[in-house]
Amino acid sequence: MRLPPSVPIFLLLAMPLVLPLGAHAGYVFDLGARIAILGIAALSLNFLLGAGGLVSFGHAAYLAIGAYGVAILDANAIHNAAVVVPVVLAASLVFSLPTGAVALRTRGVNFIMITLAFSQMVYFAAGSLADYGGDDGYTLTARTTWFHAKPLATPYGFYATCVALLLGCYLLCRAMVASRFGRALRAIRQDRQRVQGLGINPFSIQLTAIAIGGMMAALAGALLANAAEFASPAYAAWQRSGDLLIMVILGGAGSVHGAILGAAAVVLAEEALGSVTEHWRILYGPLLVLAVIFFRGGLAGIGRPKG
Amino acid sequence: MTLLVIQALNGVQLGLLLFLIAAGLTLVFGVMDFINLAHGVQYMLGAYLAVAAASVTGSFFLGVILAVLVAGGVGLVLEWAVFRHLYGRDHLDQVLATFGIILFLNEAVRVIWGSAPLQLAMPAVLSGSFPIMPGLHYPIYRVALIVVGLLVAAGLAAVIQGTRTGMRIRAGASNPLMIASLGVDIGRLFRQVFGVGAMLAGFAGALAAPLLSVEPGMGDNLLILAFVVIVIGGIGSIRGAFVAAILVGLVDTLGRGLVTDAAGLLLHGTAAARVGPALASMLIYLVMAAVLAVRPAGLFPAVPA
Amino acid sequence: MTPQPKLSLRGLCKRYGALVVTDDLSLDVQRGTIHAVIGPNGAGKTSLLNQIFGSVTPDAGSVWLDGRDITDLPIHRRARLGLIRSFQIVSILPEFSVLENVALAAQAKAGSSFRFFRAAARETVLNDAARLALAKVGLTTVETTIAGGLSHGEKRQLELAIALAAQPGLLLLDEPLAGAGVEEAARLIGILRALAGECTIVLVEHDMDAVFALADTVTVLAEGRILASGSPAEIRQDAAVRAVYLGDTC
Repeated sequence: MRLPPSVPIFLLLAMPLVLPLGAHAGYVFDLGARIAILGIAALSLNFLLGAGGLVSFGHAAYLAIGAYGVAILDANAIHNAAVVVPVVLAASLVFSLPTGAVALRTRGVNFIMITLAFSQMVYFAAGSLADYGGDDGYTLTARTTWFHAKPLATPYGFYATCVALLLGCYLLCRAMVASRFGRALRAIRQDRQRVQGLGINPFSIQLTAIAIGGMMAALAGALLANAAEFASPAYAAWQRSGDLLIMVILGGAGSVHGAILGAAAVVLAEEALGSVTEHWRILYGPLLVLAVIFFRGGLAGIGRPKG
Repeated sequence: MTLLVIQALNGVQLGLLLFLIAAGLTLVFGVMDFINLAHGVQYMLGAYLAVAAASVTGSFFLGVILAVLVAGGVGLVLEWAVFRHLYGRDHLDQVLATFGIILFLNEAVRVIWGSAPLQLAMPAVLSGSFPIMPGLHYPIYRVALIVVGLLVAAGLAAVIQGTRTGMRIRAGASNPLMIASLGVDIGRLFRQVFGVGAMLAGFAGALAAPLLSVEPGMGDNLLILAFVVIVIGGIGSIRGAFVAAILVGLVDTLGRGLVTDAAGLLLHGTAAARVGPALASMLIYLVMAAVLAVRPAGLFPAVPA
Repeated sequence: MTPQPKLSLRGLCKRYGALVVTDDLSLDVQRGTIHAVIGPNGAGKTSLLNQIFGSVTPDAGSVWLDGRDITDLPIHRRARLGLIRSFQIVSILPEFSVLENVALAAQAKAGSSFRFFRAAARETVLNDAARLALAKVGLTTVETTIAGGLSHGEKRQLELAIALAAQPGLLLLDEPLAGAGVEEAARLIGILRALAGECTIVLVEHDMDAVFALADTVTVLAEGRILASGSPAEIRQDAAVRAVYLGDTC
């Protein structure tokens, strides 16, 4: 039996947890945590895009919602994940359900643009939170805890938590894509009316997918705020939504694990190019263009027979 | 009252600027089915080129003309080097590749001209203000902008309604397969539309340069606004883009005043001063969401639903 | 007293601008019958099917299924009441395997699609139902093939299998024989005849031999109105029908 490609990915991600890293530990954990967090966000977008064909250009809104959930509770001296996580997930639903319901009325490019518009609203709303730093953002007083335990306090613990959550989200996405729900979602992407004609309501399936993807991305946002100990409107910037799309497409939208590869590729490319020049985007932009033009099917498609 | 008139004029002026950008965007999208996120950096490029050309030639007007020509040239080079490989591809691929171009050009501008904002001095002829009503003076430059914007809009409408190329563009926007089967040289039509779109965006940037600070990334927000405009107006429709651009311009400028005032009634002074502008920034997105919720294809869709 | 019809249309009207496609049309389809709708091109046959299916809303009039007014129900709610349609342009899901195409229909019939964890491909209940439907149309050997790669004839069979797996009470068939060769048509007619025992069928078809071989009742449409309705024998004899319709084909 062939090894599923996710196994080496997670083995690789687990390696820093067992290897002696010496002086590099801080750097490796920091970089690894960024990959894992953005990996969760990319997984969630991939669930919408790859399985559901829902091209959201506003997924970063959920990162900001998650981050501000943490920030606002922080300002009220609440740090326990048992409160923070449910609040963050609920906040994402308050956003995803009404905006998703409106967005699903549109198709194609208009869907791309309306999701963008909604994320811009989050961006400006975050900037208007004067009590939480406004445009300048909000610096956390402490990281999220689990009752009296502080798993996120050390770089090791933080990285381990992020990888564990990434694994959980990955397994969840994989199960969902293969489930009855995922089958219906994948079918709607191919032929909406066919599926509706069989008695499945495409709207409720797609809205549920948006809600699930939003919750997962909000979780990533909460981790992002913890990683930087900072929440800012920039988390919802449209360029960040673009970054998430790049990760998903670069990784290959047709597979679940591709999103993780895409996140890793983008984070590492930024890191590598950034060490060459401070103007790394002048290299990254053309690379992206070349990748799109010549590199169809994404990273997950490498080595797979063309078909 | 005078304030309201001034804000309405500012709104129309912003709307016309948006129209110059949105016109190219909506045509490129309507005719070629191509999402060009890099349209915003064309606007930025227009502004930078105007600054550079004006300082070399010493003339604002020569600067603007040169900026428009070079911006159009850059657009054609991009079309040749990148975009033509993406026609017929998935919209998502187009979004990503043109996003890459944004990153590149924003950074390139930073490398060439630095990160600090630049200024472009207004030409002396157009400086100063101008009484438009008793007790109401309005800057001549902005009046000129409105006039030029209206002239361009009228010119575009005349070309699209009255010429052979215009007919092809309209046919392409409503039925791309048809013009392909009519034996029209698609590649040439695309280049024409693209070049004109890039020139218009560059023109908008050059005209806006004396009013704004010219800096990297200045095109990004305008790009989003232009997309809001074409989505509200209905993709591929010049008329829709015009109506929506004026609407967005007015909502944005008047909204800023009104929302801040409304916030002032509900909240204390300092809080209102901080919350108001942010809420006002959300206003156009609310308008867009409302329009799409009622008419998912926009106000004047080029392809009848 | 006559039994309650499976499907009733009452005063259905639909126009697009000046073009009237359905003109005050009323029709009863009796339970357990095959009811064919024929007519020249542009008579409004597909538009009528669309209004029954729910993808087109009539301007006036009502659609009743089993004595229930379904005029305002969305497509998926109608489907849950057993109203299933196969499409003129075959609309299978091209990326799914043959089995998964049919299993989706079984899943829709079996109720909830809101199950998130168990792998749907391993649900034997769904797979068994799907295989049963595939056996009926003779597609058992290709169940693992990706549907987009099937031949045109196989796609048509798959389309029928999907409809079967949904266990329709009323099946709308839009030209199921279009483009089929003689041999294939004969097999499809066999399948349809076997189906007639299980559900009511409304059939739009151009192939007159098939219509007269299959249908219990034939309704002739012209310009959105019913020109004649009756048994195949009656329709064959009807002078008006012969004049406008059969006359120019036979």
